[in-house]
Amino acid sequence: MAETLETIGVVGAGVMGTGVAQNLAQKGMRVILVDVAEPVLTKSRDKIGQSLRFAGMMGGAEEDSAEEPEAIMARITTTTDYEALGAADFVVENTTEKWAIKAAVYPELDRICRPEVVFAVNTSAISITRVGGVTQRPAQVVGMHFMNPVPQKPLVEVIRAHHTSDATIATAQAFLAKMGKKGIVVQDFPGFVSNRVLMLTVNEAIFLVQDGVSTPADIDKIFVGCFGHKMGPLRTADLIGLDTILFSLDVLYESYNDPKYRPAPLLKKMVAAGLHGSKSGEGFFKHLTAS
Amino acid sequence: MTKEDIAPQVHDFVAKFLQGAEFDDDDDIFALGLVNSLMAMQLVLFLEKEFAVKFAKAELKLDNFRTVERMTDLLLTKLQPAAN
Repeated sequence: MAETLETIGVVGAGVMGTGVAQNLAQKGMRVILVDVAEPVLTKSRDKIGQSLRFAGMMGGAEEDSAEEPEAIMARITTTTDYEALGAADFVVENTTEKWAIKAAVYPELDRICRPEVVFAVNTSAISITRVGGVTQRPAQVVGMHFMNPVPQKPLVEVIRAHHTSDATIATAQAFLAKMGKKGIVVQDFPGFVSNRVLMLTVNEAIFLVQDGVSTPADIDKIFVGCFGHKMGPLRTADLIGLDTILFSLDVLYESYNDPKYRPAPLLKKMVAAGLHGSKSGEGFFKHLTAS
Repeated sequence: MTKEDIAPQVHDFVAKFLQGAEFDDDDDIFALGLVNSLMAMQLVLFLEKEFAVKFAKAELKLDNFRTVERMTDLLLTKLQPAAN
């Protein structure tokens, strides 16, 4: 398969879709960024503009290009019209992690996009095999679990669904190489590798707080100071969002019917109280939110 | 305004941002693990708001924000470009 990967469709302009769009534009690809809501697209453009301004401060895989932010922004087209994806050579889908939404989006993508186009499902929870099943091209559906912030993270968890072909995996790796990244291919099973381990770790750290064994600051210090992690599990939870952590644990619990994934009551209580982590200003730590 | 005026303000501001963490004006707050690159962006946005300045893209380098001293030096160039 020697297709070109020049124009990339990015579906969903939330945090992840925005990061993917920025990364692609920085690497010289044209981006068609689609969302159902115009205000979300406006916010996404603003966020990309700000991130480009700060590109020189961010470490990781992101290089600060000499290119002006305006020139990079000019490669991104935003629209609420899915039909625009007819021009895409490859699609990364980043809609909300709810099956009903994916089930509605994929038949549309399947109808609009050229038959040879590969669909990458950006998810940490949804079964890629199930997504493939609502398209007429299950061999061309692959999972890509990008990490946040996308432009700074050099590795992506790539998920091979039951029907995903070797050619699709090769296309996915070529695509990631153009983004300046590498993919680690794993099989399609709930939580893949990353969330299956991370969510249990975060949940157990929350149980430690609940049981009064230690404080959030000290628990994190043990991971940072003893294990060399860049960030402890509870600050990581705050960054991801405690509502998302609870949602992911619920999905794992339902998927495996294994009580080890039961969410800590303290987590449920904090989410109910609106303590969702850095995005809400408070989780296990207090966070300042810039205007 | 002089360095002696601004440095304590910057120190207090950064200490507030870091929720009471203790550090000296020449401590590298990144090396100390008090700030990561995600927080750095927030810190800069808050500094811009607090001191009513806007940093140019070329000034937005981690090295300019590693210590209170460096932040102070950069702010001074923005606050009184015509002085000295």
